[in-house]
Amino acid sequence: MSRPAHRRPECHKINKDLLVLTYGALVAQLCEDHEKDEDVNKYLDKMGYGIGTRLVEDFLARSCVRRCHNYSEITHIIAEVAFKMYLGVTPSVTCNNSSKNAFSLILDKNPLSEFVEELPAGRSSLCYCNLLCGIIRGALEMVHLAADVTFLQDRLKGDRVTEIGITFLKQPKERKSQRRK
Amino acid sequence: MADKVLFEFLHTEMVAELWAPHPDPGPGGQKRSLSILESIGFRVGQALGERLPQETLGFREELDVLKFLCKDLWVAVFHKQMDSLRTNHQGTYVLQDNSFPLLVPMASGLQYVEEAPKFLAFTCGLLCGTLSTLGFQSLVTTSVTSLPACKFQVVIRKP
Repeated sequence: MSRPAHRRPECHKINKDLLVLTYGALVAQLCEDHEKDEDVNKYLDKMGYGIGTRLVEDFLARSCVRRCHNYSEITHIIAEVAFKMYLGVTPSVTCNNSSKNAFSLILDKNPLSEFVEELPAGRSSLCYCNLLCGIIRGALEMVHLAADVTFLQDRLKGDRVTEIGITFLKQPKERKSQRRK
Repeated sequence: MADKVLFEFLHTEMVAELWAPHPDPGPGGQKRSLSILESIGFRVGQALGERLPQETLGFREELDVLKFLCKDLWVAVFHKQMDSLRTNHQGTYVLQDNSFPLLVPMASGLQYVEEAPKFLAFTCGLLCGTLSTLGFQSLVTTSVTSLPACKFQVVIRKP
Protein backbone atom coordinates (compact mmCIF):
# COMPACT_ATOMS: atom_id res chain seq x y z
CA MET A 1 0.00 0.00 0.00
CA SER A 2 1.72 3.18 -1.06
CA ARG A 3 1.79 6.14 1.25
CA PRO A 4 0.10 9.30 0.05
CA ALA A 5 2.65 11.91 -0.93
CA HIS A 6 1.17 14.65 1.23
CA ARG A 7 -0.40 14.24 4.60
CA ARG A 8 -2.25 17.11 6.20
CA PRO A 9 0.01 18.43 8.94
CA GLU A 10 -2.47 17.67 11.69
CA CYS A 11 -2.72 14.04 10.54
CA HIS A 12 1.01 13.65 10.82
CA LYS A 13 1.00 15.17 14.27
CA ILE A 14 -1.77 12.87 15.45
CA ASN A 15 0.14 9.89 14.13
CA LYS A 16 3.33 10.87 15.92
CA ASP A 17 1.41 11.59 19.08
CA LEU A 18 -0.25 8.18 18.88
CA LEU A 19 3.04 6.38 19.40
CA VAL A 20 4.19 8.65 22.22
CA LEU A 21 0.81 8.61 23.99
CA THR A 22 0.45 4.84 23.65
CA TYR A 23 3.92 4.36 25.08
CA GLY A 24 3.11 6.62 28.00
CA ALA A 25 -0.11 4.76 28.75
CA LEU A 26 1.77 1.47 28.55
CA VAL A 27 4.43 2.60 31.04
CA ALA A 28 1.68 3.86 33.36
CA GLN A 29 -0.06 0.49 33.19
CA LEU A 30 3.18 -1.39 33.91
CA CYS A 31 3.77 0.90 36.91
CA GLU A 32 0.31 -0.01 38.19
CA ASP A 33 0.99 -3.71 37.74
CA HIS A 34 4.51 -3.76 39.20
CA GLU A 35 5.69 -2.09 42.37
CA LYS A 36 9.41 -2.26 41.72
CA ASP A 37 11.08 -0.02 39.16
CA GLU A 38 13.42 -2.87 38.23
CA ASP A 39 10.46 -5.00 37.17
CA VAL A 40 8.99 -2.26 34.99
CA ASN A 41 12.42 -1.67 33.44
CA LYS A 42 12.76 -5.38 32.81
CA TYR A 43 9.38 -5.62 31.06
CA LEU A 44 10.07 -2.57 28.94
CA ASP A 45 13.41 -4.08 27.90
CA LYS A 46 11.78 -7.42 27.13
CA MET A 47 9.06 -5.80 25.02
CA GLY A 48 11.67 -3.69 23.28
CA TYR A 49 13.66 -6.81 22.52
CA GLY A 50 10.61 -8.39 20.89
CA ILE A 51 10.05 -5.27 18.81
CA GLY A 52 13.73 -4.99 17.85
CA THR A 53 13.94 -8.53 16.52
CA ARG A 54 11.20 -7.70 14.02
CA LEU A 55 11.96 -4.03 13.45
CA VAL A 56 15.40 -4.83 12.11
CA GLU A 57 13.88 -6.59 9.09
CA ASP A 58 11.69 -3.61 8.36
CA PHE A 59 14.70 -1.34 8.77
CA LEU A 60 16.92 -3.32 6.43
CA ALA A 61 14.17 -3.45 3.82
CA ARG A 62 13.64 0.29 3.93
CA SER A 63 17.15 1.54 4.29
CA CYS A 64 19.33 -0.67 2.05
CA VAL A 65 22.34 0.05 4.23
CA ARG A 66 25.68 -1.16 3.02
CA ARG A 67 27.62 -3.84 4.87
CA CYS A 68 29.39 -2.48 7.96
CA HIS A 69 33.00 -3.19 8.75
CA ASN A 70 33.23 -2.15 12.34
CA TYR A 71 31.22 -1.33 15.43
CA SER A 72 31.59 2.39 14.89
CA GLU A 73 29.88 2.22 11.50
CA ILE A 74 27.06 0.17 12.97
CA THR A 75 26.50 2.66 15.78
CA HIS A 76 26.47 5.55 13.33
CA ILE A 77 23.85 3.78 11.24
CA ILE A 78 21.69 3.19 14.31
CA ALA A 79 21.94 6.89 15.16
CA GLU A 80 21.80 8.51 11.74
CA VAL A 81 19.49 6.17 9.85
CA ALA A 82 17.40 4.10 12.25
CA PHE A 83 16.65 6.71 14.89
CA LYS A 84 15.95 9.25 12.18
CA MET A 85 13.65 6.85 10.35
CA TYR A 86 11.56 5.73 13.31
CA LEU A 87 11.73 8.56 15.80
CA GLY A 88 12.67 11.56 13.71
CA VAL A 89 15.74 12.43 15.77
CA THR A 90 19.46 11.90 15.21
CA PRO A 91 21.48 11.28 18.36
CA SER A 92 25.15 12.11 18.28
CA VAL A 93 27.63 9.26 18.65
CA THR A 94 30.67 9.10 20.90
CA CYS A 95 33.15 6.31 21.38
CA ASN A 96 33.79 5.46 24.98
CA ASN A 97 36.87 3.29 24.92
CA SER A 98 40.07 2.65 23.05
CA SER A 99 39.10 -0.88 22.06
CA LYS A 100 36.27 0.75 20.09
CA ASN A 101 33.49 -1.53 21.21
CA ALA A 102 31.66 0.82 23.59
CA PHE A 103 29.69 3.75 22.25
CA SER A 104 27.11 6.24 23.41
CA LEU A 105 24.12 7.73 21.66
CA ILE A 106 23.47 11.18 23.03
CA LEU A 107 19.94 12.52 22.69
CA ASP A 108 19.16 16.15 23.36
CA LYS A 109 15.52 15.52 22.75
CA ASN A 110 13.84 12.19 23.36
CA PRO A 111 10.58 12.00 21.44
CA LEU A 112 9.20 9.12 23.52
CA SER A 113 9.26 11.23 26.66
CA GLU A 114 7.99 14.38 24.97
CA PHE A 115 4.95 14.66 27.22
CA VAL A 116 6.68 13.58 30.41
CA GLU A 117 7.73 16.39 32.72
CA GLU A 118 9.15 14.26 35.46
CA LEU A 119 9.10 10.72 36.75
CA PRO A 120 6.21 9.85 39.07
CA ALA A 121 6.86 10.11 42.79
CA GLY A 122 8.55 7.02 44.18
CA ARG A 123 9.74 5.94 40.74
CA SER A 124 13.20 7.41 40.72
CA SER A 125 14.84 4.30 39.27
CA LEU A 126 12.40 3.98 36.42
CA CYS A 127 14.10 3.98 33.02
CA TYR A 128 11.14 5.47 31.19
CA CYS A 129 12.49 4.77 27.71
CA ASN A 130 13.95 1.37 28.43
CA LEU A 131 12.01 0.06 25.44
CA LEU A 132 14.67 1.71 23.26
CA CYS A 133 17.46 -0.30 24.88
CA GLY A 134 15.57 -3.52 24.25
CA ILE A 135 14.87 -2.56 20.65
CA ILE A 136 18.55 -1.88 19.91
CA ARG A 137 19.64 -5.07 21.67
CA GLY A 138 17.05 -7.21 19.85
CA ALA A 139 17.83 -5.71 16.47
CA LEU A 140 21.58 -6.23 16.90
CA GLU A 141 21.08 -9.81 18.01
CA MET A 142 19.16 -10.56 14.82
CA VAL A 143 22.22 -9.56 12.85
CA HIS A 144 24.39 -11.74 15.08
CA LEU A 145 25.83 -8.98 17.24
CA ALA A 146 25.56 -9.36 20.99
CA ALA A 147 25.53 -6.11 22.92
CA ASP A 148 24.69 -4.64 26.29
CA VAL A 149 22.49 -1.59 25.92
CA THR A 150 21.61 0.59 28.89
CA PHE A 151 20.81 4.14 29.83
CA LEU A 152 23.88 5.93 31.12
CA GLN A 153 22.21 9.30 31.57
CA ASP A 154 18.56 10.29 31.59
CA ARG A 155 17.12 13.79 31.39
CA LEU A 156 14.09 12.58 33.31
CA LYS A 157 16.41 11.81 36.21
CA GLY A 158 17.95 15.26 36.16
CA ASP A 159 20.89 14.64 33.83
CA ARG A 160 21.68 17.18 31.16
CA VAL A 161 21.18 14.79 28.27
CA THR A 162 19.86 11.31 27.65
CA GLU A 163 22.67 8.89 26.90
CA ILE A 164 22.26 5.31 25.72
CA GLY A 165 25.37 3.17 26.05
CA ILE A 166 25.98 0.32 23.60
CA THR A 167 28.77 -2.13 24.44
CA PHE A 168 29.38 -4.72 21.78
CA LEU A 169 30.31 -8.06 23.27
CA LYS A 170 32.77 -10.37 21.63
CA GLN A 171 31.13 -13.50 20.29
CA PRO A 172 31.96 -16.44 22.58
CA LYS A 173 33.92 -19.21 20.90
CA GLU A 174 31.95 -22.35 20.26
CA ARG A 175 32.42 -24.75 23.15
CA LYS A 176 31.44 -28.35 23.33
CA SER A 177 28.92 -28.51 26.12
CA GLN A 178 29.80 -30.85 28.93
CA ARG A 179 27.19 -32.39 31.12
CA ARG A 180 27.79 -31.83 34.76
CA LYS A 181 26.92 -34.64 37.05
CA MET B 1 8.97 8.73 9.44
CA ALA B 2 8.07 5.08 9.67
CA ASP B 3 6.34 5.51 13.00
CA LYS B 4 3.32 3.57 11.74
CA VAL B 5 5.38 0.40 11.79
CA LEU B 6 6.77 1.16 15.22
CA PHE B 7 3.28 1.70 16.58
CA GLU B 8 2.08 -1.60 15.06
CA PHE B 9 4.98 -3.51 16.62
CA LEU B 10 4.42 -1.76 19.96
CA HIS B 11 0.74 -2.69 19.82
CA THR B 12 1.58 -6.35 19.15
CA GLU B 13 4.00 -6.47 22.09
CA MET B 14 1.45 -4.77 24.33
CA VAL B 15 -1.14 -7.39 23.50
CA ALA B 16 1.40 -10.18 24.11
CA GLU B 17 2.64 -8.72 27.38
CA LEU B 18 -0.58 -7.49 28.91
CA TRP B 19 -2.55 -10.54 27.86
CA ALA B 20 -0.22 -13.21 29.12
CA PRO B 21 0.34 -12.77 32.84
CA HIS B 22 -3.15 -13.19 34.19
CA PRO B 23 -3.39 -16.57 35.90
CA ASP B 24 -7.13 -16.95 35.40
CA PRO B 25 -7.52 -18.54 31.98
CA GLY B 26 -11.32 -18.48 32.11
CA PRO B 27 -13.65 -15.78 30.86
CA GLY B 28 -13.06 -13.69 34.00
CA GLY B 29 -9.32 -13.42 33.35
CA GLN B 30 -9.86 -12.80 29.67
CA LYS B 31 -12.26 -10.00 30.42
CA ARG B 32 -9.74 -8.34 32.70
CA SER B 33 -7.00 -8.52 30.09
CA LEU B 34 -9.31 -7.06 27.47
CA SER B 35 -10.35 -4.26 29.77
CA ILE B 36 -6.72 -3.35 30.52
CA LEU B 37 -6.01 -3.01 26.81
CA GLU B 38 -9.25 -1.06 26.38
CA SER B 39 -8.39 1.28 29.21
CA ILE B 40 -4.99 2.01 27.69
CA GLY B 41 -6.73 2.72 24.38
CA PHE B 42 -9.24 4.92 26.18
CA ARG B 43 -6.50 7.06 27.74
CA VAL B 44 -4.81 7.43 24.39
CA GLY B 45 -8.10 8.24 22.67
CA GLN B 46 -8.90 10.91 25.24
CA ALA B 47 -5.50 12.52 24.79
CA LEU B 48 -5.72 12.31 21.00
CA GLY B 49 -9.16 13.90 21.17
CA GLU B 50 -7.63 16.90 22.92
CA ARG B 51 -5.14 17.32 20.07
CA LEU B 52 -7.68 17.38 17.30
CA PRO B 53 -8.11 20.50 15.17
CA GLN B 54 -10.30 23.13 16.82
CA GLU B 55 -13.11 22.91 14.30
CA THR B 56 -13.86 19.30 15.21
CA LEU B 57 -14.58 20.22 18.79
CA GLY B 58 -17.58 22.24 17.58
CA PHE B 59 -19.42 19.16 16.28
CA ARG B 60 -22.91 18.95 17.64
CA GLU B 61 -24.45 16.23 15.54
CA GLU B 62 -23.65 12.64 16.47
CA LEU B 63 -23.49 11.61 12.86
CA ASP B 64 -20.91 14.32 12.08
CA VAL B 65 -18.74 13.04 14.90
CA LEU B 66 -18.96 9.45 13.69
CA LYS B 67 -18.17 10.52 10.14
CA PHE B 68 -15.17 12.37 11.49
CA LEU B 69 -13.99 9.20 13.29
CA CYS B 70 -14.39 7.17 10.12
CA LYS B 71 -12.55 9.61 7.92
CA ASP B 72 -10.15 11.93 9.66
CA LEU B 73 -9.33 9.97 12.79
CA TRP B 74 -9.00 6.65 10.99
CA VAL B 75 -6.75 8.20 8.34
CA ALA B 76 -4.60 9.89 10.96
CA VAL B 77 -4.22 6.73 13.03
CA PHE B 78 -4.45 3.91 10.49
CA HIS B 79 -3.71 5.67 7.18
CA LYS B 80 -6.96 4.63 5.59
CA GLN B 81 -10.61 5.51 5.86
CA MET B 82 -13.21 3.27 7.40
CA ASP B 83 -14.84 1.29 4.62
CA SER B 84 -18.43 1.73 5.68
CA LEU B 85 -20.59 3.41 8.30
CA ARG B 86 -24.16 2.36 8.97
CA THR B 87 -26.60 3.62 11.53
CA ASN B 88 -30.09 3.05 12.75
CA HIS B 89 -30.37 6.78 13.47
CA GLN B 90 -31.12 5.91 17.07
CA GLY B 91 -27.63 6.03 18.51
CA THR B 92 -26.19 2.79 17.16
CA TYR B 93 -23.48 2.88 14.52
CA VAL B 94 -21.64 0.05 12.82
CA LEU B 95 -18.21 0.93 11.45
CA GLN B 96 -16.76 -1.64 9.11
CA ASP B 97 -13.12 -1.91 8.14
CA ASN B 98 -12.48 -4.58 5.51
CA SER B 99 -8.75 -4.52 5.98
CA PHE B 100 -7.97 -3.40 9.51
CA PRO B 101 -4.23 -2.71 9.68
CA LEU B 102 -3.73 -4.28 13.11
CA LEU B 103 -5.28 -7.54 11.86
CA VAL B 104 -3.64 -7.63 8.43
CA PRO B 105 -0.32 -9.06 9.65
CA MET B 106 -2.08 -11.81 11.59
CA ALA B 107 -3.95 -13.92 9.12
CA SER B 108 -6.40 -13.88 6.29
CA GLY B 109 -9.66 -15.75 6.48
CA LEU B 110 -11.18 -17.79 9.26
CA GLN B 111 -8.02 -18.79 11.07
CA TYR B 112 -7.39 -17.07 14.41
CA VAL B 113 -10.81 -15.42 14.54
CA GLU B 114 -11.04 -16.22 18.24
CA GLU B 115 -7.70 -14.48 18.85
CA ALA B 116 -8.80 -11.32 17.07
CA PRO B 117 -10.62 -9.57 19.96
CA LYS B 118 -7.41 -8.94 21.88
CA PHE B 119 -6.00 -7.13 18.84
CA LEU B 120 -9.07 -4.93 18.70
CA ALA B 121 -9.41 -4.06 22.38
CA PHE B 122 -7.00 -1.12 22.27
CA THR B 123 -8.79 0.39 19.28
CA CYS B 124 -12.20 0.00 20.94
CA GLY B 125 -10.86 1.97 23.86
CA LEU B 126 -9.37 4.52 21.49
CA LEU B 127 -12.75 5.16 19.83
CA CYS B 128 -14.45 5.38 23.22
CA GLY B 129 -11.84 7.78 24.56
CA THR B 130 -11.96 10.08 21.55
CA LEU B 131 -15.75 10.16 21.70
CA SER B 132 -15.53 10.97 25.38
CA THR B 133 -13.36 14.03 24.70
CA LEU B 134 -15.81 15.11 22.02
CA GLY B 135 -18.58 14.95 24.59
CA PHE B 136 -20.20 11.57 23.92
CA GLN B 137 -20.38 8.60 26.26
CA SER B 138 -20.34 5.38 24.33
CA LEU B 139 -20.03 1.64 24.41
CA VAL B 140 -17.85 0.10 21.72
CA THR B 141 -17.81 -3.59 20.89
CA THR B 142 -16.30 -5.50 18.00
CA SER B 143 -17.06 -8.48 15.87
CA VAL B 144 -14.87 -10.39 13.46
CA THR B 145 -16.08 -13.03 11.06
CA SER B 146 -13.14 -13.21 8.70
CA LEU B 147 -9.73 -11.58 9.11
CA PRO B 148 -8.68 -8.89 8.41
CA ALA B 149 -12.19 -7.44 8.22
CA CYS B 150 -13.85 -6.30 11.43
CA LYS B 151 -16.77 -4.27 12.65
CA PHE B 152 -16.88 -1.78 15.48
CA GLN B 153 -20.29 -1.28 16.98
CA VAL B 154 -20.66 2.09 18.69
CA VAL B 155 -23.66 2.75 20.86
CA ILE B 156 -23.93 6.34 21.99
CA ARG B 157 -25.34 6.51 25.50
CA LYS B 158 -27.98 9.13 26.03
CA PRO B 159 -27.24 11.36 29.07
